[in-house]
Amino acid sequence: MLEIKNLHVKLEEEDKQILKGVNLKVEAGKVHAIMGPNGSGKSTLSYVLSGRDGYEVTEGTASLNGDELLELEAEERAALGVFLAFQYPVEIPGVGNMTFLRTAVNAQRKARGEEELSASDFLKTVRAKAKTLKIDADMLKRPVNVGFSGGEKKRNEILQMAMLEPKMCILDETDSGLDVDAMKLVSEGVNALRDEGRSFLVITHYQRLLDHIKPDVVHIMANGRIVKTGGPELALEVENNGYADILAEVE
Amino acid sequence: MAVVDQFEAKEGVDQETVDAVREVSTYKYGWNTDIEMEYAPKGVNPDIVRLISEKNEEPEWMTQWRLDAFARWEKLEEPNWAMVSYPKIDFQDQYYYARPKSMEEKPKSLDEVDPKLLATYEKLGIPLKEQMILAGIEGAEDAPAEGRKVAVDAVFDSVSVGTTFQAELKKAGVIFCSISEAIREHPELVKKYLGTVVPVSDNFYATMNSAVFSDGSFVYVPPGVRCPMELSTYFRINAENTGQFERTLIIADKGSYVSYLEGCTAPQRDTAQLHAAVVEIIIEEDAEVKYSTVQNWYPGDENGQGGIYNFVTKRADCRGDRAKIMWTQVETGSAVTWKYPSCILRGEESQGEFYSIAIANNMQQADTGTKMVHLGKNTKSRIVSKGISAGKAQNTYRGLVSMHPKAKNSRNYTQCDSLLIGDKCGAHTVPYIEVKNNSSRVEHEATTSKVDDDQLFYCRQRGMDEEEAVALVVNGFCKDVLQALPMEFAMEAQQLVAISLEGSVG
Repeated sequence: MLEIKNLHVKLEEEDKQILKGVNLKVEAGKVHAIMGPNGSGKSTLSYVLSGRDGYEVTEGTASLNGDELLELEAEERAALGVFLAFQYPVEIPGVGNMTFLRTAVNAQRKARGEEELSASDFLKTVRAKAKTLKIDADMLKRPVNVGFSGGEKKRNEILQMAMLEPKMCILDETDSGLDVDAMKLVSEGVNALRDEGRSFLVITHYQRLLDHIKPDVVHIMANGRIVKTGGPELALEVENNGYADILAEVE
Repeated sequence: MAVVDQFEAKEGVDQETVDAVREVSTYKYGWNTDIEMEYAPKGVNPDIVRLISEKNEEPEWMTQWRLDAFARWEKLEEPNWAMVSYPKIDFQDQYYYARPKSMEEKPKSLDEVDPKLLATYEKLGIPLKEQMILAGIEGAEDAPAEGRKVAVDAVFDSVSVGTTFQAELKKAGVIFCSISEAIREHPELVKKYLGTVVPVSDNFYATMNSAVFSDGSFVYVPPGVRCPMELSTYFRINAENTGQFERTLIIADKGSYVSYLEGCTAPQRDTAQLHAAVVEIIIEEDAEVKYSTVQNWYPGDENGQGGIYNFVTKRADCRGDRAKIMWTQVETGSAVTWKYPSCILRGEESQGEFYSIAIANNMQQADTGTKMVHLGKNTKSRIVSKGISAGKAQNTYRGLVSMHPKAKNSRNYTQCDSLLIGDKCGAHTVPYIEVKNNSSRVEHEATTSKVDDDQLFYCRQRGMDEEEAVALVVNGFCKDVLQALPMEFAMEAQQLVAISLEGSVG
């Protein structure tokens, strides 16, 4: 379970407060969605949870299954099961996709004191998972995200997620830049990973992703705080009326 | 560190190799063998030159050749055009000849070999069986060797300690021995080729080397022969205040092929040491030579104390038509590197390729590149250079592409990429391009980039620690060159890339 208490975060470089007291509990096995207008702090929340540099936590805590996250390095959080599906997956020229995956999987296993996956077991697993995401052998060989289409990049993120088997999956606007078919593939990939031991935090602007990935809880974030929480119907309300009514109501 | 797993093209390498390569620490060759040495007196003069010649039991013509070189050297001035700076070298304050005492007479059995010498090679990771041969045990070569064969010539300070698989190579007609042995046993070949690619008068360090070179390797591959195994030389500087001046001469006769590997290590010392080698390669009609170097001399500490000054002249002459040379170098060590393995493309349709990775970390300085001199018609050359700078290091690519009037329809392609890690290092690219005919084509592409924080965060979010992430990104950057290396070296090189950059971030 992910538990965030009174989280305040500012940018390191400039004196700008982005998160102003976020409280959130995502129970194991649940899917929570976060919606909100641009600049409300959604992406910052995902970066702070996954350990990106450049942010300063001024107050509050975040823990995953009892382990405090905020003091840990990004790779230590990853080994505990935090996974961020990037809005803009990063290109790494010259490094084969498969090599990258294997290095990541084994680095996490090593950090947890587990045996490294043998080359043949790894290959078997990755091929099977790639197939369901319609990722072909060629895409596994190509350098990480280099020359990938928007859809390929996002499917690749889900493949990484499937291989790393995280406890807490954060999807940062995974639907951005996807056509209808790609959105369906990606959503199916995510749904296949839904499991009672795994939680999801889905950040999105649009209801349509939530048609495919059905959330248990929907939060509205504005100005660095979660201002409203409800069921799936809340997303529909946003879709139909925009944020104005909700924000007015909160104020 | 799992970097070894990350090289896709090299999948299928067995686990044992991977594990062996993995057990590498920061500079694992920094130890020193405490062994009784025999030195010539410090400094250099005609007497020292004569002494070296005498120690090698050389004929008079060779002694005279050296003395002529020395007379010339005395008139030369140290070059200063490279983008490197270092304290002035006192050429009279170092030893020009050092050899282990136990090598005065060749040992006949394992019991007679100085165990310290054996241990040195064991530590360098040269297979045990080869150590026996290296130590000069007669008969050891007849024992069956396991796995893939690589014949080794080991040069310890000034002398060649031994060469493996000589008998087997002899069957194929290949001569692989120390240059001192070649001068004694094959004077006709040495006379014919020595100094014909890098003339005695070539440059300050080459001239010096011609006067005082103590040993090195010699290879002759006869017409039509494909050398049955990879040949390699391990250079080891051990003695303090000793310069190493080795001389390598490789001749690939018509239609032959040979792949040659060179590895270099030195102990960790806080005074700088000089290494000034000359490598000459002659490639006749339809012959092909691959020359790969993994240069891992001690680079000095993070404050620039100690390390090797590596001032090397390497040149290949494609004399015959359709001759082919491929240089691949991974330069990770040395405090100062000054090195331009070059190709003279004399024969028609001859080809030269140069693949280079140069890594400079901490206070290291590297000024390296190549020369492609196109003399013949329809000649082709390709340069792929990857320079990585970290810490406060300065890394310069300097390359000449020259198309002479007769080199009609010749082509060159140059790709020169620099990668910066941190904000205190420098990368410089100095291409010289001369085209003297109007049918040739020269292409030059250059890029400079930084290892960016987004890439590192992406890797770390997936579970890799910072050093693993840097190693992964840098190995990706170097991939084109790593793929050009023979398999064994590619593994070692990849690991070296990671090690050389330890502590370069954060």
